[in-house]
Amino acid sequence: MPIRFGSIIEEHHCVRTSVGKFDVSHMGQIFLDGNDAEYLTNKLVSNNVTRLKDNQAQYAMITDHQGVILDDTLVYRNSSDSFMFIPNAGHDEEMFLRWTHFRDEWNLDVTIKNSTSEIAMFAIQGPIAVDSIEALSSDTLSDLKRFTTTVTTIAGITCTVSRTGYTGEDGFELLLSSSDAVTLWKSLNFPSCGLGSRDTLRTEMGFLLSGQDFNHQTNPRNPFEAGVDFTVDLNQDFIGRDALLGLNPEELAFNFIGFSLPGRSIPRPGSAISNEAGEQIGLVTSGTLSPTLNIPIGLGYVPPSYSSIGDPLQISIRNSLKPAMICSTPFINL
Amino acid sequence: MTFSIPPDMQYSKSHEWVLVDSNTALIGITDFAQDELGDIVFIELPSIGEILTKDQIFGLVESIKAVSDLYAPLSGTILDINPTLETEPEQVNNDPYDSGWMLKIELKDLSEIKTLLTANEYGDQTS
Repeated sequence: MPIRFGSIIEEHHCVRTSVGKFDVSHMGQIFLDGNDAEYLTNKLVSNNVTRLKDNQAQYAMITDHQGVILDDTLVYRNSSDSFMFIPNAGHDEEMFLRWTHFRDEWNLDVTIKNSTSEIAMFAIQGPIAVDSIEALSSDTLSDLKRFTTTVTTIAGITCTVSRTGYTGEDGFELLLSSSDAVTLWKSLNFPSCGLGSRDTLRTEMGFLLSGQDFNHQTNPRNPFEAGVDFTVDLNQDFIGRDALLGLNPEELAFNFIGFSLPGRSIPRPGSAISNEAGEQIGLVTSGTLSPTLNIPIGLGYVPPSYSSIGDPLQISIRNSLKPAMICSTPFINL
Repeated sequence: MTFSIPPDMQYSKSHEWVLVDSNTALIGITDFAQDELGDIVFIELPSIGEILTKDQIFGLVESIKAVSDLYAPLSGTILDINPTLETEPEQVNNDPYDSGWMLKIELKDLSEIKTLLTANEYGDQTS
């Protein structure tokens, strides 16, 4: 997927006001089949996939033994012994090997298949996305609940349709055979959107970007620091749970926060965050100009003592400190 | 994709254009440069009266994805800046060679002009 097809701002507004299509085929797909598929997945993700019904999806973190996030993912239950999960771009082989390693270590009955290269994935997002896709299907799709899937044909091509996305807007993600990808992409007569607008859209929502808002090597974070407590089920015995159980959520070193700046200077990942006295207290992990609000916004980590809504911060931008203020996320009301 | 390169202007390797008129020059960034940057959301320019030195940074252009320095294609004293760009930086995307102009300078050393690229030379660089 390119950064942009035309203007990032125009692509962003298409998704916020009507509909846009993203080719997210860089996302991974790993299939798990067998009697122990559920057990193995529960051991390797922070959430509880036993709670899923057939054709339902759940957001989860994949953590190491220290509770540090390796990747975030959506886990889909197809049936009681068949699951699929979606690692981020470039993580599919690593996760395939991780699942395989623990299957073998624990001698479990699961067939693990990395189908990333055989499956294409399109995200169709925006307030008219559901109606637009439904018009291309023989089935009713508007009653599909959030975080559930169905199999149908879209413009004559068999797709798994998932009511999920990464923009904050309503819409679908479509999974289909790579061999049908070009045909379906051409049939979807909506504006093409690139990675740039995908990033501005998710940043406005305060959604984490794997590798950037957390990174196992360069920005190690646990799910509590990253603000995704809702993905953690400590009653479930997953790798990383014991480390997380040992943490007092009141004593976290950092909180993930959103902030905005007056003026036009845009915070960039890696910029220092300082307190009012000018002492560095944290780091920016994402930043952009919000096309919806037309102000600079950012995401980053600061100690809890500085992380209340309205607290003043300073962001280091090109060797000068620019005043900023902590905001609630999402930055926008949909 | 082909980019507009007006033949009556001269160019720097760092993608600024120059329109010389006796001992003054208008300066901006090229169509190629604005397209590379994408949506421009902020432009920082020096003030009237400041001195530019050829090849030194005189300001910056911020787009959604990146920030880029602006380099002085010639030396001189700033006579005027485009006041519109403070509120409408997108003019540089919309019309880089006209309403997107950035600076007007009084040239310090006319012999520097011959170091600039012609439209043909700049076209070869960007094609």
